[in-house]
Amino acid sequence: MKTWKPVLAAAAFALATCSVASAARTDLILGMPLEPPHMDPTAGAAAAIDEVLYANVFEGLTRIGSRGEVLPALAESWTVSDDGKTYTFKLHTGVKFHDGTDFDAEDVKFSLDRARAEDSTNAQKGLFAAIDTVEVVDPATVKVSLKNPQGSFLYNLGWGDAVVVAPESAETNKEKPIGTGPFRFENWAKGSSITLVKSADYWGEPALLEKAEFRIIPDAAAAVPALLSGDVQALPNFALGDALPQVENDPRFKVVIGATEGETVLSTNNKKPPFDQLKVRQAIAHALDRKAIIDGASAGFGVPIGSHFSPANAAYIDLTGTYPFDPEKSKELLKEAGFENGIKATLKLPPVAYARDGGQIIASQLRDVGIDLEIIPVEWADWLKQVFTEKDYDLSIVSHTEPNDIDIYSRKDYYFNYDNPAFDKLIEELNLTSDETKRTELYQQAQKILADDAVNGFLFELPKIGIWDAKVEGLWENSPIQANDLTKVKWVD
Amino acid sequence: MMAYLATRLMIALATLLVASVVVFTVLEILPGDPAQLMLGMNATPDAVAALRNELGLNQSIVLRYLDWVGGMLSLDFGRSYTYSVPVIELIRERSAVSLPLAIIALALSTAIAIPVGVFAAARRGQPADTFAMAASQLGVAVPNFWFALLLVYIFAVWLRLVPAGGFPGWTAGVWPALQALILPALALALPQAAILARVTRSALLDVLGEDFIRTARAKGLPRKTVLWRHALRNAMLPVLTIMGLQFAFLLAGTIIIENVFYLPGLGRLVFQAINQRDLIVVESVVMLLVATVIVVNLLVDLSYAIVDPRLRAAR
Repeated sequence: MKTWKPVLAAAAFALATCSVASAARTDLILGMPLEPPHMDPTAGAAAAIDEVLYANVFEGLTRIGSRGEVLPALAESWTVSDDGKTYTFKLHTGVKFHDGTDFDAEDVKFSLDRARAEDSTNAQKGLFAAIDTVEVVDPATVKVSLKNPQGSFLYNLGWGDAVVVAPESAETNKEKPIGTGPFRFENWAKGSSITLVKSADYWGEPALLEKAEFRIIPDAAAAVPALLSGDVQALPNFALGDALPQVENDPRFKVVIGATEGETVLSTNNKKPPFDQLKVRQAIAHALDRKAIIDGASAGFGVPIGSHFSPANAAYIDLTGTYPFDPEKSKELLKEAGFENGIKATLKLPPVAYARDGGQIIASQLRDVGIDLEIIPVEWADWLKQVFTEKDYDLSIVSHTEPNDIDIYSRKDYYFNYDNPAFDKLIEELNLTSDETKRTELYQQAQKILADDAVNGFLFELPKIGIWDAKVEGLWENSPIQANDLTKVKWVD
Repeated sequence: MMAYLATRLMIALATLLVASVVVFTVLEILPGDPAQLMLGMNATPDAVAALRNELGLNQSIVLRYLDWVGGMLSLDFGRSYTYSVPVIELIRERSAVSLPLAIIALALSTAIAIPVGVFAAARRGQPADTFAMAASQLGVAVPNFWFALLLVYIFAVWLRLVPAGGFPGWTAGVWPALQALILPALALALPQAAILARVTRSALLDVLGEDFIRTARAKGLPRKTVLWRHALRNAMLPVLTIMGLQFAFLLAGTIIIENVFYLPGLGRLVFQAINQRDLIVVESVVMLLVATVIVVNLLVDLSYAIVDPRLRAAR
């Protein structure tokens, strides 16, 4: 018996050193609150689709980086004609879809034509409206001609809705997504989890994780114990609210508060009296105490905004001082507008915490100046019908999460019912401009107009609250588009 | 007996038909357009129209109803709008969680409730009875999500004996799957057991006051035999009724527990489908549940006849 002891000790030592020397973990389980309805980013608006697949499984000609910048993706480079109407993309070669079919210019043409076709069900069909023709020059070159110059064209191509799909798999992507990205889709246990694995023959820099699983955890109260028990190692974007303090001071985890592109606004029906009067809207703006709203609606996280623009954007200007919190001024304006006896109106709230909680606070702030709001909670489907489509509302609260979406104010028939020819002209000019300095200037003018007109009550930029294992690196801090880009994510010791 | 069965079956079929009309109409008049919901706020009107067309939402309501009912007769429940897979597949996947969960929870609750109920009834008014009833009162009063979270923190976060939630699927093996179901089953079972124990106790007390019990005692039968063989058997009718109702509830009314343990069960499927206006899924699952309730009730009715020979003879 005795003779075995050293052997055992040696074996134990070998095992111990072996585990020390072994590489860091290469799998990651992420919790997300909403399940994607399907796996096709080109056929649905649900953010959860992109949060699983964008940059991981599917890629477009360009892509959006962690700071909101446009980066090359499947297009290696591009040239723009002098009139700004023709884009020639040089594509990467040797790229394969996950089912083994080759990627080439035909796939690009197919994808762009499909997205803008008459029977297209692309949720962002408007992104492709400027495209006139898509031409295959050779297998590695695509020429896109626009009807008019469009300054945001390269950015638009970076959306999840603009990813390149193959004609062979486009129809089945909803169930079995086939892309060109560094991860390929492995399994979807509906209602439960989605698993991606590293793609062995990725054309670019390979992923550092071997396997990533997105687990659907609908309830914040359940997400925290899942993290604490080690079942999941990251909650990249989770409105934890009251549950946050539980993990905030735990050294095993990192809490990362970033920004999204979600401008949270008190949507106002600009054609419905009395909100068609500038003075009334200004009165509302003066009555809003953004600090209190952010504390109540978003646990104190979120940057106050004074117009419809993301503070993360380089062209952002702080306009929160346009109509500062001043209840007296607000009452005065209401009196001038002829409403010294107050206003009665409704506030329709969709079923998200920031709206329901923020709504209570806003109603009480407006009551202080004489605007009496009846709160009507509605479901999303009902909100889309009543407020968004039929414009049957006075006020509402919603976060507009699409990136760079200031142009919605120039859309005819959009639910704000805002109509300002000067603003429309600016957006038109912006569309035709690709010079960055000039664009910044135009963006700033546009922000100013919206702030001055007090189109909506501009509240705050929705925060991205992320919590993950302190040893995990590479997850996005901010959310310039709705995505969980895992291409650079790794475990460190 | 045959005539009784035939009448019951006819009633069941009629109930199903009426239910299908009601379910379909109620959901169709719910405001909200599934296509608009799927494509979101930035969608162009023509894209929404194209999707409505693709989903078959432009057909008349009568045609869609007939389509749906006709399909169900051949077990074709249609295709989910959002998931775009056959509804029957969704139901099958979710039932693989909900059905075992309901069965385990019901078994647990029965195993706890009947002995406690009998025990309390036999010691009516004594401290043991008071204690058992106070405990069951607590079981009814404590919100089950709170109790569920307590279980999670003790067994998953602290002791790390089971996962905090989720379901690995039966393909991962029977033991991991059962492990995932054990806490939710417990969380579901306790409040049900509390109710069932109270029902058992009071039903038993009613029976214990009857003449035939006194006769049995007078004949010199041991207390235990009288209690378990004569009294309990006669007290089973209300208990079985409650169990039948509880099973139906456990099958789909468990949304809160499913959320806490993030289980992909039927309750969450319905909840999610209502929010996303995936009407075809809601309609089909609700119909399936109606059918289940009807079948369970039928079985309970039939079991009355087994428990109570008088009912057998009367029919």
